Amino acid sequence: MSAQPKSRIPVTKTPKVYIGGAFVRSESARTFKVTDRSGAFFANIPQCTRKDLRNAVEAAAKAGPGWARRTPYNRAQILYRLAEMIEARSGELVASLVQFGARRADAEKGVAVGVDRMIHYAGWADKYAQLLGSVNPVSSAHFNFTVPEPMGVVGVVAPDSPPLLGLISMIAPVIASGNTVVALASETVPYPAVLLGEMLATSDLPGGVVNLLTGFRKELVPTFATHAQIRAIYASAGPDDRKALRLGAAASVKRVRFSGTEGAAWLNDAAQGLERIGDFVELKTTWHPIGA
Amino acid sequence: MATPNKNAAPGRGLIFGDLWEFDPAPETADPRLKARYDLFIGGAFVRPRSGRTFDTINPATEGKLAEISLAGAADVDLAYRAAARAFPSWSALHGRERGKYLFRIARLLQDRAREFAVAETLDGGKPIKESRDFDVPMAAAHFFYHAGWADKLEYVAPGRRVAPLGVVGQVIPWNFPLLMLAWKLAPALAMGNCVVLKPAETTSITAMKLCEILQDAELPPGVVNIVTGAGETGAAVMGHPLAAKVAFTGSTEVGKAIMRQIAGTDKKMTMELGGKAANIIFDDAPIDQAVEGIVNAIFFNQGHVCCAGSRLLVQESVADRVVAKLKSRIRVLRVGDPLDKNTDLGAINSREQLATIRRLVASGVREGAALYQSPCVLPQKGFFFPPSLFTGVTQSHRIAREEIFGPVLSILTFRTVDEAVEKANNTAYGLSAGVWTDKGSRILKMSTELKAGVVWANTFNRFDPSSPFGGYKESGFGREGGRQGLLDYASTT
Repeated sequence: MSAQPKSRIPVTKTPKVYIGGAFVRSESARTFKVTDRSGAFFANIPQCTRKDLRNAVEAAAKAGPGWARRTPYNRAQILYRLAEMIEARSGELVASLVQFGARRADAEKGVAVGVDRMIHYAGWADKYAQLLGSVNPVSSAHFNFTVPEPMGVVGVVAPDSPPLLGLISMIAPVIASGNTVVALASETVPYPAVLLGEMLATSDLPGGVVNLLTGFRKELVPTFATHAQIRAIYASAGPDDRKALRLGAAASVKRVRFSGTEGAAWLNDAAQGLERIGDFVELKTTWHPIGA
Repeated sequence: MATPNKNAAPGRGLIFGDLWEFDPAPETADPRLKARYDLFIGGAFVRPRSGRTFDTINPATEGKLAEISLAGAADVDLAYRAAARAFPSWSALHGRERGKYLFRIARLLQDRAREFAVAETLDGGKPIKESRDFDVPMAAAHFFYHAGWADKLEYVAPGRRVAPLGVVGQVIPWNFPLLMLAWKLAPALAMGNCVVLKPAETTSITAMKLCEILQDAELPPGVVNIVTGAGETGAAVMGHPLAAKVAFTGSTEVGKAIMRQIAGTDKKMTMELGGKAANIIFDDAPIDQAVEGIVNAIFFNQGHVCCAGSRLLVQESVADRVVAKLKSRIRVLRVGDPLDKNTDLGAINSREQLATIRRLVASGVREGAALYQSPCVLPQKGFFFPPSLFTGVTQSHRIAREEIFGPVLSILTFRTVDEAVEKANNTAYGLSAGVWTDKGSRILKMSTELKAGVVWANTFNRFDPSSPFGGYKESGFGREGGRQGLLDYASTT
């Protein structure tokens, strides 16, 4: 007679951040403890440092030219593929949002809107240039045209809430035009961002295009503000962080935009659109001679 | 002014400038200057509450032209209050009617074009042929272009409604005083904003003369308010709590200071800052045409141009030829009386700017680059600097990195397309670039690779109201001109 087998001990996952296409711990080996809605221990999350941020910027800068050179159609398909990955694992995302305090209906709605939002921007990738650019009727023998180009590395500071939809909504318009991103996830509910990293890794998105950090705003915002290689900031931030980001941005004439969207408003169609792509492109005007 | 030259270039070349003297050909139109200019607030000329004034001088003679009011914080505040009072009715006015005011301004400016050109040249030092043929007509064109937008704003942002922002604070530089004023005012007004604008302290006159036109056009009081003064006045204009947006054109250094000054506010911003543009000459370029383009790129307006082609990148195989032609070409540039219709380079705008140019040129010599200057004879009085070029420049030289804002060209060479791109982009700036080649596909390749807001192919320093202008990187953000520039003066919902 054999003894009754013990119930199986689950294999828990070590949450890691997604930098340069790899899953890594903080270089500092620091973590912070995250508990679920019941107060039970959930996991140790990487407490990323300024050095991690700099590494992520390096990865983003390296990935930038290749991503920007992809055809718009190709970027569109990769964003669409990312939406497919999120949809396929939406149950897991909903469960994690619920685990950290969201109501199930809200979590389901948030994930669904996140998928739809990704598709929205996938569709923009090969269209925005026609609307933001122009052919300009100058008074001389020149073919004069304006095209939008990516800015380069964009720093995203995502809202604490909603932890997943806010992050997706801020990353998608920035990468749709060929920028690369270093994003700081929700400080209070960081784990959904870790899951999103796993979906990014399986979505054909080249490594380094999106880099996700977890950690504390007060430690990382100053470096987001002053890092000269970050050419633009897209942040969900209160007055103090807004000021800090603008002050740091002055040193390298960085572009700074704030999401201006709060809470449930992230669910609305108004939280997406062409102007959010337009905020993270440079406009280049070329004068091409017309002659024999 | 030009005396026969003992060091004439040997062989064939442009030597006519050495052979005979030009008779003076001064422009004689009356600039109709006033002895004293007040502030323009609420549709009227008013004395400054500060009680202070300063002199504006002719940089070509150092003689006083007029007394300008120095606006203090209280004056700036009055201007903002006047603008805020005017905003509800101005922004509610049908676009068709707002447009008519702008059309009127364009027409009235054209009527008085020569008078404005002379005033601009007297106050700023630029050659009359430039103020007459470029600054003033282009300023009128900007008002005319934007006038036509005022009743078509629903086409500016697809899928969104646009609305004016409110009161906009604007600070403009001294290199194109009237034109920069037009670039700033026209789109702001077309969109339905009201404005408080400060011209540069060395070039206030044409802005104040334009206020006469605003009165003649019967523009409602308070829609445009112009306050004069220096940096302190500018800081008051940029920092005023009633400013929903600020737009600045000037140096990167001051732009950064403004960004810091208003970091704690949610004001929108447009920044048009400095540049160190690469002008790239490939070996298949039409060389004579390119040499004219290089001259225009760096010596237009004495090089006081933020988008000036101040770094010349020449493909090595044609470098000797290009440099030899350039040297003989700049010998015959006529430097002197800005009012003379034959003058190519007028006066440096101010004593301070002349000192800056001299300091940077001295650093170029000290760091080992080879300086060549036109042997032209400079006038005894006034602020002048000869057309200059440096060869043997490396990327680490200050004259290759810092904006000189004067008639000084730094010449570097390259071998391959990739090297040209690399060197051109190796700068903190990104306002403009030039490409000279016979190959259309190479033009488009270069345009794609260059990190600059404006790329000129086989031309340089061309502008048009319909063509968006503005920088990448530390050359600023936001655009002026075209639909895109207009949108920077709107909120969208």
